[in-house]
Amino acid sequence: MPSDLRDGRIVIVGASLAGLRAAETLREEGFAGSLTVVGDEPRPPYDRPPLSKQVLIGDVPAEATALPMRRDPDAEWRLGVAATGLDLLEKRVMLADGESLSYDRLLIATGTRARPWPNPEEGALQGVFTLRTIDDATGLAEALAAGPRRVLVIGAGFTGSEIASACRERGLDVTVAERGPAPLVGALGGTLSRLATLMHRGHGVDLRCGVTVTALHGDGNGRFTGADLSDGTRVEADVCVVALGAVRNVEWLAESGLAAGRRGVACDAGCQAFNMYGIVINDVFVAGDVSRFPHPLFGYQMLSLEHWGNAVAQAEVAAHNMLNPGPLQRPHLTIPTFWSTQFGLNIKSVGVPTYSDHVVIAQGSLEARRLAMVYGYRGRVTAAVTVDMGKVLDYYRHLIETAAEFPPPPGAADRAIAADIPIPSDVPDPKGLSHEPVVALTGYLPDRRLMVVQPVG
Amino acid sequence: MQIVVDLTRCQGYAQCVFLAPDVFQLHGEEGLLYLPAVPDDQLERVRQAVAACPVQAILMGKGVSAGAE
Amino acid sequence: MDSETLLSRITDYANRPNPYPLYAELREAGPVVRQADGSYLVGTYHQIGALLHDPRMSVDERSRTNPPPEEIKNPSFLRLDDPEHHRLRTLAMRPFGPPHTPGRVNAMRGEIARITTELLEALPTDRQIDIVDDFAYPLPVTVICRLLGVPREDEPRFRVWADALVAAADVRPDEDTTEQDEAGRQAGSEMGQYLLDLAEQRRGKPTDDMLSAFVNEPDRSLRLTPEELTATGALLLIAGHETTVNLITNGVLTLLRHPEQLDRLRREPQLLPQAVEELLRYEPPVHMRERAPLADIEVAGTTIPAGTSVVLALASGNRDPKQFHEPDRFDPTRPDVEHLSFGSGIHLCFGGPLARIEADTALGALLPRLGAARLVQDPPPYRQNAMLRGPRHLFVQL
Repeated sequence: MPSDLRDGRIVIVGASLAGLRAAETLREEGFAGSLTVVGDEPRPPYDRPPLSKQVLIGDVPAEATALPMRRDPDAEWRLGVAATGLDLLEKRVMLADGESLSYDRLLIATGTRARPWPNPEEGALQGVFTLRTIDDATGLAEALAAGPRRVLVIGAGFTGSEIASACRERGLDVTVAERGPAPLVGALGGTLSRLATLMHRGHGVDLRCGVTVTALHGDGNGRFTGADLSDGTRVEADVCVVALGAVRNVEWLAESGLAAGRRGVACDAGCQAFNMYGIVINDVFVAGDVSRFPHPLFGYQMLSLEHWGNAVAQAEVAAHNMLNPGPLQRPHLTIPTFWSTQFGLNIKSVGVPTYSDHVVIAQGSLEARRLAMVYGYRGRVTAAVTVDMGKVLDYYRHLIETAAEFPPPPGAADRAIAADIPIPSDVPDPKGLSHEPVVALTGYLPDRRLMVVQPVG
Repeated sequence: MQIVVDLTRCQGYAQCVFLAPDVFQLHGEEGLLYLPAVPDDQLERVRQAVAACPVQAILMGKGVSAGAE
Repeated sequence: MDSETLLSRITDYANRPNPYPLYAELREAGPVVRQADGSYLVGTYHQIGALLHDPRMSVDERSRTNPPPEEIKNPSFLRLDDPEHHRLRTLAMRPFGPPHTPGRVNAMRGEIARITTELLEALPTDRQIDIVDDFAYPLPVTVICRLLGVPREDEPRFRVWADALVAAADVRPDEDTTEQDEAGRQAGSEMGQYLLDLAEQRRGKPTDDMLSAFVNEPDRSLRLTPEELTATGALLLIAGHETTVNLITNGVLTLLRHPEQLDRLRREPQLLPQAVEELLRYEPPVHMRERAPLADIEVAGTTIPAGTSVVLALASGNRDPKQFHEPDRFDPTRPDVEHLSFGSGIHLCFGGPLARIEADTALGALLPRLGAARLVQDPPPYRQNAMLRGPRHLFVQL
């Protein structure tokens, strides 16, 4: 590493998982200069996945979720102060307390926040929660422990489903209202969303699909009492959790000239930020939930992922590239992976299930609640989702990495009867060019991975 | 001490549950839940679980100390 | 071509003390190496890992056509594929581990420590000891007997059966195995009847052990049939000690060959859990596993026809420099030891956690006594078995 890259000032904006792992990696790779980490929450980095699981069940207090360090990154932590602006020319980050920090290299890792209920007055009712931070989780866990008559969960994505699962585990009555036809349909497609429906209902969730919540009601003291649904019914409940997904924390970049928008901050495969003209800004890097990056395996589409594993992997690549000149930089080629634990089932996904036109159940069965579903797009394997079958996921990851033919080859002993019969994946159509080349990854180790392109004749 | 399990890597082998059942727990057949803050009397067992994890998915370490600025 | 004889040379008893140069030759020869008899040998870390996770790879000997298997009756879940493997393994797991009985193995720590102390106190002080016969064998045997509910005093009986079964399960590419296979079948049937009788004695009169749990399971749908119970019981009884004896013995041998690491562990016993994983990597108790693809599969450019025997050399993968820095160095502080010694994927060793606690306890208790110890014979005499590789005796002067 050239000595000028090993020294100087690096500022990381964002003090959660990606920010922490980037800071550690910078030191691991020999950065000897000054390192400042800015975070708008007053707390040191903590882990969010337990907030919708262990914490809501009541096993773990929310404030016990601090992330362990791999090593002390020897950083100055500016916690409880948000970044409010960025001057690319002056190389300066403006802070909410009026100060500013100058940098030689900057990492943007500001992540996301919970999408609030669109009506602020209704959203402010006592008993209405979102779930993203320790404070959110503490409040919600207390409200659940108080034994509410009923909990209303708005939105049946992963977070909403996990919250409903935790409520049922605590023996609480719960209603889930989802605008779509079934839980998880946007992420996993039609077939698995039907399994999700069965799991909700089988565990006693009052699941209402194809409806929206039109109003939240409070009593005279500002306490939430219930909600109106678009089908004309009313749900009486003491607690309401708004689980409508995430908003990317990009407002502070609005005037910066970076390509920052609703779907995140765009960057290249080496995590360097684009400005609004699509030109790479050399000293500004992006990692984690706030980033949008092109992935060659998925038609070079710009991916926005809210995945724990992506935050870690991308932070490591960004940190490496902050310390290395162009030819030594690494691409972020990690295959997207996520998990969710709900209603006693473990769901794991590898690849991009929404980048698909067909699926097959390759192993196991819906009846057994144990299966591997493989997703294909134009005859190539692009994703796989397992339910309580996580041990086979590596095999399917390899098929994705090598752009293997879809449906996957036969031979599994527990092959499903219908493993040869692709059915429509029933997810939003992936946008894609009509004749993109097939791309595969080679190599085993993340830092020695290469891409090979096989032109389509 | 704090732990975090990279559940992206975790394949549900549950070796940690065998070795430190007061800290790690299976939820269903392969969903893993755990106490992120390790009680002092469990440190030795968790250390064993960290070493034994077949996919080396468990990280134990100190948290960033609060107000370190 | 020399590489075609690799499996024969690896299994040749003359190479038992040090097969590692042959593994290096195997990795050099490629990720998949065809043997003269048409079988394949795999020795690189990533290729072994990929095949252990490949759902098309069968452990069922009946799916093997080249070479054809002997007649197989009543295989245990170790030799069955999903979904049958999953069902039986889950049932066997119920009284042993999570999610149904998460605390069982952990609760045995005290007893394992007591047995260890008793064995150590009984060691002669005036003469050399045999680590195998005086310590590394009796410890796991006593533990698995308690766990299963098998009388410890029956050990001479089941040892004969276990020896025959383990010999029959070995990888022997060049030999006529008819006799050993027949002996194995006979031993399996006698051991099965023995276990079934023990289990019957516990029906309605449960003692706190796994055989009792199997026969007294109240839910009919979760009960093992007599055939399943004998296959499972025999597997657990044999696997419960035949492998751990190697782990403990190889551990002592390796530590005595690396006095500076031994000193370090004596000073920093908290490194022991990590050291056990490094021992598992460096001198694994199980060197090879055999599989056969259920369909023609392509592995690193080679097509392996359905039914062909594929031997995965776990011990070779553990020494692959593409995965482990300086793999031939024994380093108890090595980080992230993702070894292959317990396999991986759905067949990952059932008793791994028990083996770890036994090794941790045994080596931890031995460490203070090993300060001035020396090997009487190096290399020690090895067991015949190539797959379950370990010393038959390890004479040590304490």
